[in-house]
Amino acid sequence: MQALPAFDEMFGTGEGYNSQSPDGVTAAYRAIRQWLADSPAELMAARRAQAELFFRRIGITFAVYGDAQATERLIPFDIVPRIITRPEWQRLEKGLKQRVAALNMFLADVYGAQEILKAGIVPAELVLMNPAYCLHMVGRQPPGGVWVHIAGIDLVRTGPDEFFVLEDNARTPSGVSYMLENREVMLKLVPDLFDQVKVAPVETYPEKLLETLASVSPRKQRGSHPTCVLLTPGQYNSAFYEHSFLADKLGIELVEGNDLFVRDDIVFMRTTEGPQRVDVIYRRLDDDFIDPLVFNPGSMLGVPGLMSAYAAGNVTLANAVGTGIADDKAIYSYMPDIVRFYTGEEPILANVPTWRCREPEALMYVLDHLPELVVKEVDGSGGYGMLVGPHASKTTIAAFAAKLKANPEKFIAQPTLALSTCPTATDGGIAARHVDLRPFVLTGSDGVRIVPGGLTRVAMTAGSLVVNSSQGGGTKDTWIIDG
Amino acid sequence: MLSRTAGNLFWIGRYLERADFSARLIEATQRLAALPSSYGGASNAWESALAAACQIDAFAATGLAIDEHEVTEFLTLNAGNPSSIRSCLEAARSNARAVRTALTEEAWEAINTAWLEVSRYGTHLSSRETLAQLIEYVKHAVAAFDGAANRTMLRGDAFWFINLGAAIERADNSARLLDVKYHLLLPRDEPVGGSLDYFQWTTILRTVSAMTAYRWVYNDSVKPWLVADLLILNRQIPRSLAACYDEILRHLDLLASHSGRRGPAHRLASAGHARLAGGNIDAIFGQGLHEFLTQFIIDNNRLGEAIAEQYLF
Repeated sequence: MQALPAFDEMFGTGEGYNSQSPDGVTAAYRAIRQWLADSPAELMAARRAQAELFFRRIGITFAVYGDAQATERLIPFDIVPRIITRPEWQRLEKGLKQRVAALNMFLADVYGAQEILKAGIVPAELVLMNPAYCLHMVGRQPPGGVWVHIAGIDLVRTGPDEFFVLEDNARTPSGVSYMLENREVMLKLVPDLFDQVKVAPVETYPEKLLETLASVSPRKQRGSHPTCVLLTPGQYNSAFYEHSFLADKLGIELVEGNDLFVRDDIVFMRTTEGPQRVDVIYRRLDDDFIDPLVFNPGSMLGVPGLMSAYAAGNVTLANAVGTGIADDKAIYSYMPDIVRFYTGEEPILANVPTWRCREPEALMYVLDHLPELVVKEVDGSGGYGMLVGPHASKTTIAAFAAKLKANPEKFIAQPTLALSTCPTATDGGIAARHVDLRPFVLTGSDGVRIVPGGLTRVAMTAGSLVVNSSQGGGTKDTWIIDG
Repeated sequence: MLSRTAGNLFWIGRYLERADFSARLIEATQRLAALPSSYGGASNAWESALAAACQIDAFAATGLAIDEHEVTEFLTLNAGNPSSIRSCLEAARSNARAVRTALTEEAWEAINTAWLEVSRYGTHLSSRETLAQLIEYVKHAVAAFDGAANRTMLRGDAFWFINLGAAIERADNSARLLDVKYHLLLPRDEPVGGSLDYFQWTTILRTVSAMTAYRWVYNDSVKPWLVADLLILNRQIPRSLAACYDEILRHLDLLASHSGRRGPAHRLASAGHARLAGGNIDAIFGQGLHEFLTQFIIDNNRLGEAIAEQYLF
């Protein structure tokens, strides 16, 4: 693959990977540079092997759909941390809070008064005709007024001060267990490095998540805690490890659909001591599957009657039903306007320029420039079904163009961004690999909580821009450091 | 606790116990089958092993000839046999993964490691050495899980359900093992047996790792009726039926003290416990050892079902 000229987070724009001198290293990475220089190749190899063993033993695996051979796979873990300085992080944090607040207000609005549609900021048909727009939520407000309790915002960096939001994940974002486990592994592998570099801890995430969930409980009881549960599709889901990990850290039951039932619009779980009432469901199950009576009737994973209990206000679902409209990629292109509309402020985090293929002029442009663009499905995720123009063959591009012409409203296109690179341990030594960053933003009825850090995903193949784990991407520990 | 979780934990206990029993059964049988026939080396040793593991019919369905290689492979690595060691560990691991939150990290790691290691053996046995390694490994792995659970788990319903499952399975295994050889365990005045059966009796003891224990308890040479006494009534032997029922009753009581409720499972367990506590070996022989064991296995199964019903799994 041909490498794009990109900003490197350790060496800036210089070419420092082969040099031994400390010149040209960004301040943030000085300690890392020294640590890499002091670690012989064998030691790095031993650390990598140790990390892999650790991950396998604790069973951090994920499944890849459509891959019968390896139903359980390890996500490659890179032991070179990714660094973000405190001032950089503070700006990101402000931007994230602003953006997630706008997402929540947007959802409350499109399922409520629809002012943004009336004002013509976002075309009404784009929202109302969108398959992700959930008719069952029209006129409803979830308990506590929060729609997106857990948001994962994908950021990419292209220069010293240039961060862009690549995608908003407002349905059931995953990856936070890797953020937590990566740190645990690093603490075990390189304790000395933590002694030299002061890294903001991420271990408070489970506690913040539990506080967030408790804050939106529909039942306020004095002196007792609401009963929260984590609803998983089960152990064959690709993110099952994360579901069990989080339930464990939160100290809440990990339930499957069959463990819950609804009676008189109240949700109960089946326990050895009889039915126990459930107040908040952190569900890692897509809207379509949660209630066979309302959505997909063939779903064996959901809970019949759940939507009726939800409508009666007796249970909170986190995230709320219908949030998919907010992370639709066509809606994404309107995010700067959405932020301005609801907050009255300029967006702190920039959007990547986006062509909406539903617009004829944009479609023409996109079709003419496919070899230099990235084209995505509006409701896609996980890196499935996308075209990376510069890395695609002529035949792939031609086939994609046909798909695009057949259903232009299903696609958006963006320029191929030169994602920043980070030093990464490869079989051939330390080399530059493209990365992104997914911080997690928690919103409760009592405020917003963000843990300093996030999940850095890294494309393990030289030159590749696709960081998704389902496409062979790996992860790194992300360090927010003072300085 | 979620009922599904309770059920999964109960079965983790059972699966691991079954894997451990199969490992010990194979080890003891191998020893017996290797003896010269003048010492009682029995040609039907592997058939007996299948019977003790309750696998006669399942093995017959494969159409394979009964010999050491086929039987040991069937009992250890056969992926199609739901009771093979491989399948037991896979099921235990799958259950553990589904209820990961109910286990401590160390207990989970023990099960996960056991499955990863055993799955590396594939589904075919290459040699006796491989078998010996596998047997050793499985015994260690189950002990490692017991140790991790014992050392790290909260003394609460999760721990008790695992132990309950293990005790029910253990009672079932011991009873079957005895039943397969019951005709060799009759009292002295019965005309069957003879000194040649010595190795049959010690095979039973070895399968439950009670060879040395026997000497300590009876301070006597190996006598068949004492072997039966040891494995049915002696509460000091952890695999005896009496010890298993001590354990079952204790864990059911703990669960009841936790929830404040008792149910049909408690009544069945108490009845079973009382029968063993008040029993003596002469009376059991009087009733007929085979009849006693058959009834015990039926009652024990019924108790397992009652536990599942009572705790809704």
